Amino acid sequence: MEQEMAYDALGNSHPITDYKDDYDGEKFGFWVFLLTEMMMFGVLFLLFAINFYRHSEIFALSSGSLNVWLGGTNTVILLLSTYTMGLASLKMRQGKVRVSAYFVGVTLLMAIIFLGIKALEWSVDIGHGIYPSSKILDAKDHGEILFFGLYFVMTGLHGLHVIFGIALMTWVLLLIRSGGIRPEHNIALKNVTLYWDFVHLIWIILFPLFYMIGV
Amino acid sequence: MSSFYHETETVFGTHKNPILQWIFTIDHKRIALLYMGVMFTLFFLGVSAAVTMRAELFFPGPQFLQPHTYNELFTFHGITMIFLFIVPGIPAALGNFILPLMLGARDLSFPRLNLLSWWFYIVGVVVAYSALMSGNGFADTGWTFYAPYSLRTDSHVLPTLIAAFILGISSILTGINFVVTIHRLRAPGMGFFKMPLFIWGLYSTAWIQVLATPVIGITLLLVILERTLGIGIFDPTKGGDPILYEHLFWIYSHPAVYLMILPGFGIISEVLTTFTRRTIFGYHAIAISSASIAGIGYLVWGHHMLTSGISDMARIIFSLLTFLVAVPTGVKIFDWIATLYKGSIILATPMLWILGSIINFTIGGLTGLTLGAIGADIHLHDTYFVVAHFHYTILGGVMFMFIGGLHYWYPKITGKLYNEVRGRIAFGLMFVGFNTLWFPMFIAGFLGNPRRYFDYLPTFTIYHQIAGIGALLVASALLLVLYNFARGLKEGKEAGPNPWNATTLEWHIPSPPPLKNFSKIPYVDFDPYEYENGEPVVHFDENFRRVM
Repeated sequence: MEQEMAYDALGNSHPITDYKDDYDGEKFGFWVFLLTEMMMFGVLFLLFAINFYRHSEIFALSSGSLNVWLGGTNTVILLLSTYTMGLASLKMRQGKVRVSAYFVGVTLLMAIIFLGIKALEWSVDIGHGIYPSSKILDAKDHGEILFFGLYFVMTGLHGLHVIFGIALMTWVLLLIRSGGIRPEHNIALKNVTLYWDFVHLIWIILFPLFYMIGV
Repeated sequence: MSSFYHETETVFGTHKNPILQWIFTIDHKRIALLYMGVMFTLFFLGVSAAVTMRAELFFPGPQFLQPHTYNELFTFHGITMIFLFIVPGIPAALGNFILPLMLGARDLSFPRLNLLSWWFYIVGVVVAYSALMSGNGFADTGWTFYAPYSLRTDSHVLPTLIAAFILGISSILTGINFVVTIHRLRAPGMGFFKMPLFIWGLYSTAWIQVLATPVIGITLLLVILERTLGIGIFDPTKGGDPILYEHLFWIYSHPAVYLMILPGFGIISEVLTTFTRRTIFGYHAIAISSASIAGIGYLVWGHHMLTSGISDMARIIFSLLTFLVAVPTGVKIFDWIATLYKGSIILATPMLWILGSIINFTIGGLTGLTLGAIGADIHLHDTYFVVAHFHYTILGGVMFMFIGGLHYWYPKITGKLYNEVRGRIAFGLMFVGFNTLWFPMFIAGFLGNPRRYFDYLPTFTIYHQIAGIGALLVASALLLVLYNFARGLKEGKEAGPNPWNATTLEWHIPSPPPLKNFSKIPYVDFDPYEYENGEPVVHFDENFRRVM
């Protein structure tokens, strides 16, 4: 489409941003959206910090009962997945559409494995009677109730983001197939990559907070 | 010429059915009208709740309400007016309509996202009001949902909390849309400091929407999880901390009042320049003070908690910061008064509402400082003084500005003129009624009448009765405004593109505007409010090139 122009009084032309096809605008909008996500998780980190300050020893003890190997495996999986997602974005810009779709698929697979391991961990905890309002947990010390309350809320909210990420990647794959994402029009892939980076970044902070302080 | 009322673009392309054309439209002007229609219906519901409470309080002792019903009623009033009306408020209704027009843009950056946020808003409304018809009655917690009561009450808090969360999403999406639009879609040549001041107000507001709303979103989500799963974070029996809830609640809800007022301040600057026929005094100071109110407003939430047992050091810091917010606000008020000086003042209806709002807001703002002072607050906390202060800023301030703005842009939105005489009478009635309603409450509060009580001591009767009469005047004034707008649609004269001789870009296109706003996008190398001998300086030819 022809570039639309505005003309000043002297007749000089100035280009007009087309709101229907504005790569920078869409990327900027997504960054602003990530800011809101950051504020939301920020509140939870603040709550963790305050309660950790009040119950330091019991938090460390409770943390010891989580399986650091499963959590660590998940951390490695997310780190690898954010790398493959980055490669998908890069390959798309280089015009290698098939390779790009392949990397999105690999990322998708790793996200599902992450959720599987997470579900395993939760079911072990719940099997031991550790879940909000359970008789076993409510009989324990306040610090332990708060630790596991925050654990389930924060990893749960992160898990919801992973599920949402899986949905987004499926959508991206469909778009690549239908030609909605092309090397010259790849903003959706770019933004999903940003989103996935954010999701992995949150986990990078969650992992030491919940799994490492008791090691 | 065909306007946006005749043709539209929907998210699925085109429809023949007019209802589908409206509810799936992605035209910012139609979405603004959708918001307006729903919001003002709810506003009048909120007003009815308020008038009912005033009637109950006309005499001491129980009249026709149960105490528990009274608690539900003020919660209903608060939730409707705050979450459903004034928070989406000026940005969603007037901002949506005017922002792209003022910027010289064809729409917002993300038109479909804009429709999505309206749908989120509607879902929020439905969920909030579903609590009226289900469970043990509406929430009775007040709009603040303070823990631990909100965790324990058996009234139906859950739908209301979920609704507030959904409305938060709607507000965030609007905020993102506005920030990106203002950054990306200004007409060529229009730098940030060539934008009209209404846009500066919307811009600061949009950042508050984006940065503060997630805080209340997650906090209310935690209360939801507390009620459903019992996670313990705000529950003192499990080691949780209810004061933390208050902190998190006010980290959003204090900036939220600036979110309400900043676009209103923007309207003042627009109306004031138009009806004094001169440029604004201190453009840069007003623009920057909007941004700094948004910034400092983040750091003052603790003044809601001066009696909640926070440390003396924290109280001193929050009190000091509260006083600091008054500085940029004062700068604005002085700038507006200086704008009036030697202007050709025309007392048209929008101008009357704006001048009225400046008077009311000054009273509301200064009593806010009284409350921000640590010593005075111990006496005045949770009394009618707070209620009066709040309504002076929000009803006397924001609502007056909102109604002023509606009058100002009414010709642009409808293409018709309302009846000027009726408009002025409505304003007079409202101004008198408003002050009759709220000023006695300052005195009652100062003498110790607590807020949110179903009953009061007989010594306070006179204040409640004066307020009751004021409430009737306010309600009739609002109905008169509504009537005037409705009559204007039928019998109003054609407005033409620029009935007020205003200068900003929206007045250079036909009223009502065509679907894509501008046939050609203008080049903007001039300041927003330029007058010479009472006439706008800037003119365009039919191709939107400036005529020198």
